[in-house]
This record gives sequence, C-alpha cells and structure tokens, in this order.
Amino acid sequence: MKFQAIQGEGWLLTKAEQLINWGRSRSPWPFPYGTACCGIELMCALASSYDMARFGAERVAFTPRQCDVLIEAGTITKKMVPVLKRIYDQMAEPKWVIAVGACACTGGVFRTYSTHQGIGSIIPVDVYVPGCPPRPEGILYALLKLIDKIEADHPLYKQRPKIVEALEAGNEP
Amino acid sequence: MADWQIDLIKVVFIWTWALLIAVVMTWVERRASAMMQDRVGPNRAGPFGLLQPLADGIKLFTKEDIIPKRARKILFILGPPLFAIPAFSTYAVVPFGDKIVIGGKEIILQVSDVNIGFLYILALSAIAVYGMVIGGWASNSKYSILGGLRATAQLISYEIPMGLALLTIVLLYGTFSLREIVLQQQGTFLGVLPNWGFFKQPLGFIIFLVAAYAEANRVPFDLPECESELVTGYHTEYGSMRLGLYLFGEYVNLGTLAAVTVSLFFGGWGLPYIDMSKFLGPISYGIASFLVFFVKQAFFLFLFVWVRWTVPRFRYDQLMGLGWKALIPLGLINLFITALLVQLTV
Repeated sequence: MKFQAIQGEGWLLTKAEQLINWGRSRSPWPFPYGTACCGIELMCALASSYDMARFGAERVAFTPRQCDVLIEAGTITKKMVPVLKRIYDQMAEPKWVIAVGACACTGGVFRTYSTHQGIGSIIPVDVYVPGCPPRPEGILYALLKLIDKIEADHPLYKQRPKIVEALEAGNEP
Repeated sequence: MADWQIDLIKVVFIWTWALLIAVVMTWVERRASAMMQDRVGPNRAGPFGLLQPLADGIKLFTKEDIIPKRARKILFILGPPLFAIPAFSTYAVVPFGDKIVIGGKEIILQVSDVNIGFLYILALSAIAVYGMVIGGWASNSKYSILGGLRATAQLISYEIPMGLALLTIVLLYGTFSLREIVLQQQGTFLGVLPNWGFFKQPLGFIIFLVAAYAEANRVPFDLPECESELVTGYHTEYGSMRLGLYLFGEYVNLGTLAAVTVSLFFGGWGLPYIDMSKFLGPISYGIASFLVFFVKQAFFLFLFVWVRWTVPRFRYDQLMGLGWKALIPLGLINLFITALLVQLTV
C-alpha cells in the first residue's frame, strides 16, 4: 500500500480540525441582511425569549468583514442583486449563508418583473428556511442545522474526502 | 533570587492577569447584557458558556485575513497593536498589592514604582489614540475615517478633564508615584470616613470617571464605533484577529482604567478601618492585599458593563459640549478650590 499514511485520519490533523470546528460552530457571528418582513422575525429570533445568542450568534455587526453567517431575510429585487453579491464577496472566508423566507428561497408570491426568483442563483446558500415569514423557531432551527454542517466540515484538508474516495477506488489521487 | 528574576515574575504575573481579566470580561459582558435584557446569553461553549471567548478566539484566528486593496498596508497592520500595547503597558505602574515578604526579602507588589507614574498613564492613554486614528485612516473607507476622526477629537477633548482631575489628586498628595498615593490613603479622615481620594475629591472622581468612559470608548461615549451611523467605525475594514486585537485591547483598557480608579480614589489594596498587616502573616498579607484590590477593580469593571447596557448613546455635539462646556470648567474650578484648600491647610 503506497498511500497508507494518507488513508487513515491522522490524529493531530483530526484533533486540530475538531478544535477549529468547535470554535467556529460556537461563534457564528451573524450579518443581518433584512430586506423585508422576515427581518422582523430575525430581530425576534435575536431578542429575548428566543435568544440566538445562546449559540454564540451574537455581536451583530453591519460590516461584512467581521461576520461569518449572512442571514438573508427578505425579498431580493433585481436592483438589490449586485449589492447582495458584493456584500457576499466582501465577507471573509469561511462564510455561510442562510436564506430566510419564501422570497429569499424562491421569490415567493412576488412572481413579477422586479423580483429576483431566489438568491440561490446569486450566492451559494447553505440552509433554506421556508415560510412567509418563518417563525423565529424556524430561524433557530436553520442555525442549528448550519452548526451541524460546520461541525462536519474539514477546514484543514478540504480535498481529503476526494483523495480517500479515489484511493478506495484504487486510483492514484 | 536576583532582582531581575523577581521583576520578571512580576511582569509575567501582571501580563497574565491583564489577559485573564480581558478574556473573562468578554464573557461577563455578554452574560450580564443577557441578564439585563431578560435573555440567557451564550451557554453552549463549556459550562455557562465560559469557554465562549476561547471559541471566538479560535474562530477569529482561523478566519481569512483581508487587507483591502486600497488600504495603506503597513499602517493597516500597525493599527491594532498600537492600540493594544499601551493598554497593557499602563499596568506596569499600577500597585496591585502592598508587599509580600518571602525568605526575608521584601517584594513590593508593583512592577515598577516610578516617580512619574501619573505622567506615564496619561502619556500612554494618549498614544492609544494613534491606534484608532491610524487604523481608521489606513483602511481608506469613509466609515473608518469618520470613526477615526471622531476618536481623535473625543479622546483629545477628554484628556484635558482627565488630566485636571488627576492634577487635583497630585495637589492633594504631593506626589506623582501611585504607590505613595495609595499609602497615603490608608487610615481615616475626619475621624469617620476612610482616607480615600473619593471622599476628599468627590467632584474630581466624577470628572475622572466620565472622562474614563470617554477614553475607553464605552457607551454612552462610543461615538468612534457607533453602529447606527458608522457601521462599526474605525475598525469597519478589520476582520480576523486584527479585529480581535482591537476588541481585546478595549477590555484590557477597561481593566487598566478600573485599576487606576481604584488606586487613585478608593485606597488601592487597603481595607477601610482595618489594618490587615497587624494580624496577617507576611505572605498571607501580600495575597490578601491583592485580593482586596481585585475585588475593588472587579466592581469598577462591572460598573462599565452596567452603564453600557443602561444608558443610551450621546449625540456627537452633546459629547463635545459636555467635554468642553461642562467638564473642563468644572475641572478648573475644582483644581482652583483644591489648590486654595491645600495652601490654607498646609
């Protein structure tokens, strides 16, 4: 076996990855991009009795450089598309996106000339939350799903699953 | 042990202590704000969310480090350390305990008892302005530069009332050394009150406290980074650990200001009415004096958090008006009266 060392998951690498994932999943600072009524639900999810801060999603800042999770809550009109794209590009890696509400997911009821039909065609979305608007529980559930996704991530060695797969199939990576 | 070894131990101790206070303060602030707003606050990282600062640190360290293309690169990198280092350095003159006797050697619990401790504190707090204004200027962004300019105007304005309040203390005790001032605050005054700067200089204390909140950029004076107008002010373009250093430096600054307040106005490590050195052993006395100092400092640290989540922000012209039209005249009158009283009584 020529590539045996790479097949097993190295102890140091996996522990470091676990540590990084632990840190990232416990402080996903949100960037609130509320453009419509879903923004109100987002505020509610941040305020008392729902309190997103329990999961470390605190320090809401309006500068994309300092945030991890872009929470896009509301309708995106065609004029707003370049702005959203630019905000996403300005965020520092690693970054995640939650699309809150029917408008952000698919355009919702606004099947008109002015509304963009779902932000999935502009920026990569990690979690979609359906509803018009979704309840704060829905937003919290999306955040929990995102935390699960972050914890399953491989921040140090993104290519590893691909290489392991190739090795298992008997090919050289 | 040689003298330099003792000094090294003291430096390492005070450094760790300053770091620990800053780390714990980020947790205290988030939990206390949650308590005041009827929320729970971060509780997923470790027991009671105590490891939340660690999680934030790991995340900030492993985030992409963005330096904007149009930014002045060298100055952009220089900004955060220039802000954080003076905050740490001020701890060098703070007397965090009386003295401890180990092996027949008397060790003063202060990194260096310089005879210009006051001027050192004022000079270093003035240097911290550069960290903000350089960070704001080098980012080449409109929000950053406005935040940086506001920081300059605000901090320079509030240096003056702070200096005036400190001068009254110098007049009262006749020395620039912080340890000397704390030693003179032991015992009682007028037979009833503890011999604290607070009871001798109540107006000076209020002026100093207000100026300290402005110096630390805390609500109600957090104009350089007010979220509602300037995104996040001077550190808008900063991400990753550079931002972490700015946030961290702010909490170190709070610790410093609380320590200075305690040693100038609240008798430092001394308990009122009780002389601990009479019934405690030499080592336990040193530890007890440090703990007393720490409790007093912790109260002022909590006061910073308490005020932040209670009081709304000032408008910018109100802030400047308060500084120039209220605090500076008050400080001058206070200085004049103190000088008169000192001249008449001595």
